[in-house]
Amino acid sequence: MRTPFTIRLIQSMPRTGWIALALFAAITWIGVPVAHLALPEGHPLYLSAYTVSLLGKILCYMVVAVAMDLIWGYAGILSLGHGLFFALGGYAFGMYLMRQIGRDGSYQSDLPDFMVFLDWKELPWYWAGSDSFLWSALLVMALPGLIAFIFGYFAFRSRIKGVYFSIITQALTYAAMLLFFRNETGFGGNNGFTDFKRILGHSITSPEMRVTLFALSAALLVACLILGRYLVTSRFGRVLAAIRDAESRVMFIGYNPLHYKLFMWTLSAVLCGIAGALYVPQVGIINPSEMSPANSIEIAVWVAVGGRGTLVGAVLGAGIVNLAKSWFTVSFPEYWPFFLGFLFIAVTLYLPDGVVGLWRKLRTRKAELPPAAPVSARGATTATLPADARPGVQPDATVMESGAPSIAAAKGATA
Amino acid sequence: MHRLPALQILLRGVLLLTLLVGPARAALDEGMVAGFAGDFQSRLDTIEALGVAGGAEGGNEARRVLDALEAGALGVAGGRVVIVHGDTVAAAATGEALDIAPAAVEPVTVNNRVRRALATARAALALSSADRGERLAAARTLADNTGETLLPVFERALASEADDEIRGVLGRAAARVYLASGDAARRLKAAEMLGESSDPAVKNLLAALLAKNGNDWSEPSAEVRAAAEASIRAIDRRVATAEAVGTLFSGLSLGSILLLAALGLAITYGVMGVINMAHGELLMVGAYATFVVQGVFRNHFPAYVDWYVVAAIPVAFLSAALVGVAMERLVLRHLYGRPLESLLATWGLSLVLIQAARVSFGPQNLELANPTWMSGGIEMAAGVVLPWNRIVIVGFAVFVLLLIWLMMQKTRLGMFVRAVTQNRPMAGCVGVPTARVDTLAFAIGSGVAGLGGLALSQIANVGPAMGTGYIVDAFMVVVLGGVGQLAGAVWAALGLGIVGKFLEGWAGAVIAKILVLVFIIIFIQKRPQGIFALKGRFADN
Repeated sequence: MRTPFTIRLIQSMPRTGWIALALFAAITWIGVPVAHLALPEGHPLYLSAYTVSLLGKILCYMVVAVAMDLIWGYAGILSLGHGLFFALGGYAFGMYLMRQIGRDGSYQSDLPDFMVFLDWKELPWYWAGSDSFLWSALLVMALPGLIAFIFGYFAFRSRIKGVYFSIITQALTYAAMLLFFRNETGFGGNNGFTDFKRILGHSITSPEMRVTLFALSAALLVACLILGRYLVTSRFGRVLAAIRDAESRVMFIGYNPLHYKLFMWTLSAVLCGIAGALYVPQVGIINPSEMSPANSIEIAVWVAVGGRGTLVGAVLGAGIVNLAKSWFTVSFPEYWPFFLGFLFIAVTLYLPDGVVGLWRKLRTRKAELPPAAPVSARGATTATLPADARPGVQPDATVMESGAPSIAAAKGATA
Repeated sequence: MHRLPALQILLRGVLLLTLLVGPARAALDEGMVAGFAGDFQSRLDTIEALGVAGGAEGGNEARRVLDALEAGALGVAGGRVVIVHGDTVAAAATGEALDIAPAAVEPVTVNNRVRRALATARAALALSSADRGERLAAARTLADNTGETLLPVFERALASEADDEIRGVLGRAAARVYLASGDAARRLKAAEMLGESSDPAVKNLLAALLAKNGNDWSEPSAEVRAAAEASIRAIDRRVATAEAVGTLFSGLSLGSILLLAALGLAITYGVMGVINMAHGELLMVGAYATFVVQGVFRNHFPAYVDWYVVAAIPVAFLSAALVGVAMERLVLRHLYGRPLESLLATWGLSLVLIQAARVSFGPQNLELANPTWMSGGIEMAAGVVLPWNRIVIVGFAVFVLLLIWLMMQKTRLGMFVRAVTQNRPMAGCVGVPTARVDTLAFAIGSGVAGLGGLALSQIANVGPAMGTGYIVDAFMVVVLGGVGQLAGAVWAALGLGIVGKFLEGWAGAVIAKILVLVFIIIFIQKRPQGIFALKGRFADN
C-alpha cells in the first residue's frame, strides 16, 4: 500500500530542513514586517525601505535559482534562457500594473503612456483582460509555461541535449529580447514598463504593500522548496535523476524521458514566471534587458556557486552572489565584471559542488572519515553528466577522462 | 532681369546661330563674349553658350574665358569684354592687347548662380575630353541640370561618343529634354529611351506621364503612355535585379564573417566538445590587435598606413591564438569532459576579457579607418553599391578557408586534429599526443577568430562588447553544418548569411533573426547532426 501523500511530503525532508524552513518563515513573515513597520527609524534592528526591497528582490532571485536547480541540478539540462521566463512573468504582471495606473499617467489617458506616445488609439488584442488581476495572475503562470512547453516539447522530442540545448535556449532569450526592444511589439520597447502606482487599488509604494510583497516572495520560496524537495525525492525525481545520469539506459528500461524532462522544464519556467511577477512590483520596472543572455547565464552561476543538485545550495548561491553584487556595484562598479568572471571560472574549476559541496567536504574531513568513504551521489553525477551532454563526440572519450570506467562500459554498450 | 526679354531671346538666338554656323577659328567671335557686358541673365546665357559652343571647336578658347571668369579676371571696360592679366588688359575674345588701364575694368561678379552655370559649361566642354573618366563625370553633371539649350551638346556628344556608359547617361539626359518637348514623336522616342535606365528618378519622370489631371491624362498621346508604361516595367525589373544582387552580396559578406567566426569554433568544438563562450571575445582581441597595429603605423610608418591591414593579419592571428592558448592551458584543460561547466567558465572568461578591454581601451567604440584601397565600391545600379571592403572580406574568408582546409587535409597536425575529433581514445592509443593537439587546435581556432575580428573591424564598430553577438550565430552555423565539418560550416554560414539578409529585407532585422532561429530549431528536429552528418557508427550518440 502506498504511503499517504502528507506522510510522503513530510518524509521528503529531514527534520532539520523543516526546522530551518520554519525559522526562515518566522523571520520573513514576522521578523521583517515588524522590523520595517513597527520599529522606529533609528532603531538598530530597523529595516529601511531599500533593504526590504533589496531582500525581496533577492528572494525572487532565490526562487529562480531553485527553479534553475530543479532543471539543471536534477535533470542535467542547463538552460541559458531562464531569464526569458522570469521576464515573461514580469511582463505579464507588468501589463496589469500598467492598467492599474489608470488615468494617473503623464498623458491622463486610459492607455499606458508609451502607447499614447506611439500614437496608438486602442490596446492591442493581447492586452485584453490585462485589467483583471485574476487573468494577469493566470497569465503570469500560463505564458512562460506555454512557451516552455512548446519549446521543450520540440527540443526534448528530438533529444537536443547538453550544450546544444543550452545555446538554443540562449538564442531564444536573445531573440525575445530583440523582439521586446521593438516599440511595435507593444510592451514599451526600450523602457519597458515603469511608474507603477497600485495593485488591487492599494498604493504600491506604501510600507504595508512592500512588506506584503516581501512576505509573498518568502512564501513562494518556501513553497518552491517544499515542492522541489517533494519532487526530487519522489519516484518522479529519481527517474529524472536517472535520465540525467544515463538517458539511454532509462529509455531501454521503458521510460520515455520526454514526459519527465518536459514536466520539470515547464514547472521550472512557471516558477520563474511567478518569481518575475513578484519581482516587478518590488523593483518598480521591467524592461527587455532582463531577457539579455548575460542575465540568464548569471542564474546558472548562482546555482553553481551554491552547489547544484541541492535546493538549499541554489538558495544560498543566489543570496551570496546577489549580496556580493549589490555591494560591489556600489563600492567597486569597475571590478564587478572581473569578480563575476573569476567567480564563474573559480567555481567551475575548484568548487564543482559549490558552497554546499565544500561544507560537506569540510564536515566529512572533521569527522575524520577514512578517505575511501563511498563517493557521494553528487560526485557520481558530475562524472556522468558530460557523457550525455556531448552530442557528436564519442561518449567514451569524455567519460574515460572524468574517470568513471563503469559508466564508460555502460555507454559503450549503448553506442 | 526681365527688362528686355525680346532682346535677350534675340541675343540668345544670335549666339546659338554663331556657334552652330561654325566658329572654326582659334579666337572666339567677339559676339560670343559680348553677353558679359549685358545684364545678369545675359551673362548666364553667355556662359552656357560658351560651353555649348566650345564642344565643337575652340574649346580651349572658351575654357580660357571661363577660367578668367572664375578667377575674377574677366571684366567689362568701355562696352568691351576684357581679361585682366596683371598690368595688361586683353580682349576676351581674341586675346589682343588693349590700351586700357586695369583699374578701369569693372569685373564681372561671380555668385552662386554664375558658378553653377560655369560648372555646366565646363561639363559641356569636358564632353569632348580625351579622358573617359572626365567625360563620364561631365555627362553626369549635365544630366542633373538639363535644359533645352543643352540639347545640341547632347546630340553632338552622342554622335561621337563610343563608350556605352557615357552614351547611356547622355541618352537619358537628352530623353528628359525630349520628354518635355511638344512633339509627340519626340516624346515617344524619349519614353522608349528612358526604359534603358535603372534609375528610380527616371521612373518618377515616366510615372508623371501616366498621372491623371482630373479627367485628362497629363500625357495626351496613348502611344507615348504605353511606351512609358513598358519602360517603367523595364526599369522596375532592372532595379529589382540589382537589389537582389545587392542583397545576395551583403548576405555573402555576412556569411563570410560568420564563416570566419564559426571556423574556429567548429575546430575547437569538434576537437574538445567545448563551446567556447569567449569565442566572440577572441574576435574582439583580433579587432583590438588591428587597432593597435593601425596606431603603430600612424605613428611610425605614416607613408604605409594603407597597408596596416595586411600587417595586422599575423598580429591579429597571433594575439588571439595566444589568448586562446592561455585560456586552454589555464582553464579549459581542467574541465575536459564537463561541457556544461566549460560553458560557464568560458562565459566567465568572456566577462573578464570584455572588462579588460573596457578598462584598458575605454568603453567607447574605437575608430578604425578603411585603407583607401578598400573604400568605395562597384556601383551596380542607382543606389546598389558593392563596397570594396566587403568584397575584400569575402576574398579574405575564402583565403582563410583555403588555408584551414590545407592545414586539416594536408598536414600531419590536421590529420591528428581530425583523428582526435573522431575518436579521442583511439587516437591516443595509436600515439597521437591528444593534449598537445588540443592546445594547437585551440590556438588555430582562436587565431582564425582573431582573423575574423580583423575582418569585422573593417565593416563594423569595434568596441569591448562587439563579440558577444556573434557567439550564438557562430554556434548556429556549427550546429547547422554539423560538428567538425568544414564543408558543412561553409554551407551553413553562407546559407544563414544570405537567408538572413533576404528575410531582413522582407521582414526587418529582428523578425529575420527570430525566423532564422525557428528555422534552425525545426531543422534540428529533422537532422540533429547537421547538414553534413558524420556517417557510420560515430554518428550515433
